[in-house]
Amino acid sequence: MAGVAAEQWDTSAAFVTQDDEGLAHIDLLVQGIHCPKCIRDIEGGLTSCDGVKNARVNFSTNRLHVAWDAGRLASSDIVKTVTDLGFEATPIDATVERSPDEDEARKLLIALAVAGFAAANVMLLSVSVWAGVEMGDATRTLLHWISALIALPAVVFAGRPFFTSAWKAFRSGRLNMDVPISLAVILACALSIFETQAGGTHAYFDAAVMLLFFLLIGRYLDLRMRVRARSAASDLMALQRVTAHLIGADGSTTPVPVSTIRPGDTLFVAQGERVPVDGTVESGRTELDVSLLTGETLPAIAENGAEVFAGAINLAAPIRVRADKTSDNSVLAEIVRLMENAEQGRARFVRLADRAASIYVPTVHTLAAATFLGWWLLGTGGWIHAATNAIAVLIITCPCALGLAVPVVQVVASGLLFRRGVLTKSSDGLERLAEVDTVVFDKTGTLTRGQPELVAGQDIVAADLALAASLARASRHPLSRALARAAGDGPAADTVQETPGFGLELETPQGTVRLGNRAWVGIDDAGEAKELELWLRRADGETVRFAFEDGLREDAAATIAMLKQMGLEVMLLSGDRAAAVAAAARDAGIENFKAGCLPTDKIAELESLKAAGRKVAMVGDGLNDAPSLAAAYASLSPASAADISQTAADFVFQGERLGTVVTAIRVSRGARSLVFQNFGLAILYNMIAVPLAVAGLVTPLIAAIAMSSSSIVVTLNALRLNLIRRGERS
Amino acid sequence: MNIIGLLIPIALFLGLVGLGAFLWAMKSGQFDDPEGAARRILLDDDLDEMGPKDR
Repeated sequence: MAGVAAEQWDTSAAFVTQDDEGLAHIDLLVQGIHCPKCIRDIEGGLTSCDGVKNARVNFSTNRLHVAWDAGRLASSDIVKTVTDLGFEATPIDATVERSPDEDEARKLLIALAVAGFAAANVMLLSVSVWAGVEMGDATRTLLHWISALIALPAVVFAGRPFFTSAWKAFRSGRLNMDVPISLAVILACALSIFETQAGGTHAYFDAAVMLLFFLLIGRYLDLRMRVRARSAASDLMALQRVTAHLIGADGSTTPVPVSTIRPGDTLFVAQGERVPVDGTVESGRTELDVSLLTGETLPAIAENGAEVFAGAINLAAPIRVRADKTSDNSVLAEIVRLMENAEQGRARFVRLADRAASIYVPTVHTLAAATFLGWWLLGTGGWIHAATNAIAVLIITCPCALGLAVPVVQVVASGLLFRRGVLTKSSDGLERLAEVDTVVFDKTGTLTRGQPELVAGQDIVAADLALAASLARASRHPLSRALARAAGDGPAADTVQETPGFGLELETPQGTVRLGNRAWVGIDDAGEAKELELWLRRADGETVRFAFEDGLREDAAATIAMLKQMGLEVMLLSGDRAAAVAAAARDAGIENFKAGCLPTDKIAELESLKAAGRKVAMVGDGLNDAPSLAAAYASLSPASAADISQTAADFVFQGERLGTVVTAIRVSRGARSLVFQNFGLAILYNMIAVPLAVAGLVTPLIAAIAMSSSSIVVTLNALRLNLIRRGERS
Repeated sequence: MNIIGLLIPIALFLGLVGLGAFLWAMKSGQFDDPEGAARRILLDDDLDEMGPKDR
C-alpha cells in the first residue's frame, strides 16, 4: 500500500542498527502472517536476496528480524521485498520495546520454576511420611529435615514477590492479598521447623511451597496478560510512528524521527504520506484527507500559506511544509491532554480480585486471631497448640482460588477474543466492559464504513462509468477511489492531469474529458450543493453526475438490534451534520442521537450519562473520539481507527463486521460470571475447610488435599469459558 | 531403610537437572516464539518441488 512513496522516500533507514561485523539489523512489524507458508515465503524470499545473512520470523509477536550486509542492500530493499510478497511491513525500534513488566514476568517464571521443583520434591517426601505405616520417628524427622532443606531456600527465593508487596502494603498501612499469603507461608515454615526439632508429626513444608507454586501461576498469568496488552499497545504505537523527510540547506532530503523536528524546519510530504507536525504549506497545492481529525469524509484543499495539521494524509501532490510546532505541541497534543484528563476518572476502577480481597483479608485475620484466643483461653494444649491451630486456619484459607481464579478466566477470555479478531489492550478492560449498560457509537468510520461508495441504482450508462473510472484510477481522492471500486478492474488512463481541489482532466483525440466537482465541469448553479458527488464531462460536452454516500457497515443494524436485545441502551454521537447523522441513526435503528458534537461535547455527554449512573462503552474511531474513548467506562475502536484512538481504547477489533462488539461484550460478561462462580466455589470450599481448621482437625495431609483440589476446581471452571462459547455459536 | 540415603539424593539430583534444563531453555530463548515453533514443524522443506497443498 505504501507503494511508490515507500520506494522513493524511504523511512526505514532511521531504524537500522549496525553491529561490529558490518552487518545491518532491522526489526519489522509484519502484518498478515497466518500460516507456515507465510513464514517460509518471507524467510525464503529474503534469504534468497543477495547480501541477506539471516531472516527470522517470530510468529507469536509478528516480528521479523533481518540481518544483512550493509554495503550490498538498503533497508528499503528489505522492506520492499517483504511488501512485494504481499505483507505489510513497518519498521520498529526494537531497543525501546523491552518493558520493566517483561523482566518482572521473567523473574516470576524463574520463581515459579523453583517453587514447582520444591513443591514436587517436598511432596515426594511428605507422601512417604503420610503413607509410612511402619516409619520410625527418626526416619520421619530425617525426612522432615530434608524437606526443610529444600523448602526453606525455595520459600525465601520464590516468595519474594509476595513478601515485598506485603511489606510495602503493610508499611503504608493497607492490607492486600499478599499480607495473609506471606503470613501463612512464613508462619507455616516457622511452625514446621519448631515441630521438626521437637520430633513432632505435623510439618507444613509441603503446604508452604505448594501455596507459593499455585499463587505464582496466577500471578504469572496476570502479569503476562498485562505484558501482552502493553505490547499490543506498543505495536500500535510503532505503526503510528511516522518518520518525516527533512529538507536540508542543500535541498537533499533525509528521513528523521518526527520527535526531532523543530519549528522552522522545512519538510517534504510525499503523496500518500501523513503530515508529521502542524505547519504551513510553503509550496505546492494538494488535497488532504482530514477524516481522522474531524470526521469529515471529503478532503480539504491545502495550498501556499495554508495551515496543515499533523495526522492529515496528503492525497494529491507532493508539498513542502514549514514546521510551526514540535510534534508534542501540535493539535494532536491538545487531544492527548483531553484524553489524559479523561483517563484519570478511570484510574479509580478497582479490580474484582482486589475488591474481593478487601473483604477477604480482614475476615481471615479475625478468624485466625479468634482461633488462637479460643484455644489458648479455653483449650488445654497451651499457647503452642493454639498457635498451631491458628496457623492451620491461615494456611487453609490462603486465597489460592482467588489468586488463580481471576487470572485464568481473563487469560482464557482474552485468548478467545483474540481468535475472534478482538485485541484486548488493557487487562481490566474485560471487567469494565462486562458492567456496561449503555453503548455509544460514533458515526463516520464506526457505524459506517468510513469511505464513500457509489450510490446504487443511479441511472448511469456503463460507458460513462468506464470512462470516469479510467480517469479516477489515476487519483487518490476518496471519491475517485470509490468510483474506481464501483467500476471494478479496468485500464487507467495514462496522461491524466490532476488539479487539487477541482478534479481530473484527460486529453483525448475527440476532446477534453473532465471529472471533478461541478465548477470543474462548468456547471455553476448555487442550488442543491450535495456534498458527495462527482461530475463527468465527456468529450462531447455532455455532463453526468455520480452520487456517493458513506454507507453503514453491513451488519450495523443487526448489531444494534442485538445490543438492544441484550438490554443495552444504544446512542449515536457524531461530529457530522444533523441530516447525515439522522439518516444513519434511522437506518441503524438508533433512536437516541446527537449531531455536530465537538470532542468536548462528546465528553460532556459521557459525563452526564455517568452522572445519571450509567456505565458507558464508547465505540469510536476518529482522532476526535480519542478523548471520549478514554473518558468512557470501557471503549472499543476498529483497527481502521486513528492510531491515537486505538491507543486510548481498551479493545481494538479487526475486520468489517461491527458484530465483534457484541462478541466482546458477551465474552466479557461470560468471564465475569465465571469469576463470580469461582468466588462462589472458593467460599464453599472455605465453609467446609475453615470449621475443620478452627476445630484443630486439619493435618498437613488434609491441608494439601484441600488446597490443591480447590485450585484445580477453579481452574477447570475457568476453562469452561471455551466450551460455553463454542456451544453458543453452533 | 538405608536405601533412602541413596534414593533421596538421586531424586533431588534429577529434579535439579530438570530445573536447570528449564532455566537454560528460558535463557536461550526457547520460549520466545512458541506459536512459530508449532507451525514451523509443518514445513516440508524437502518436499518443496512437489508443491505443498494448502492444508
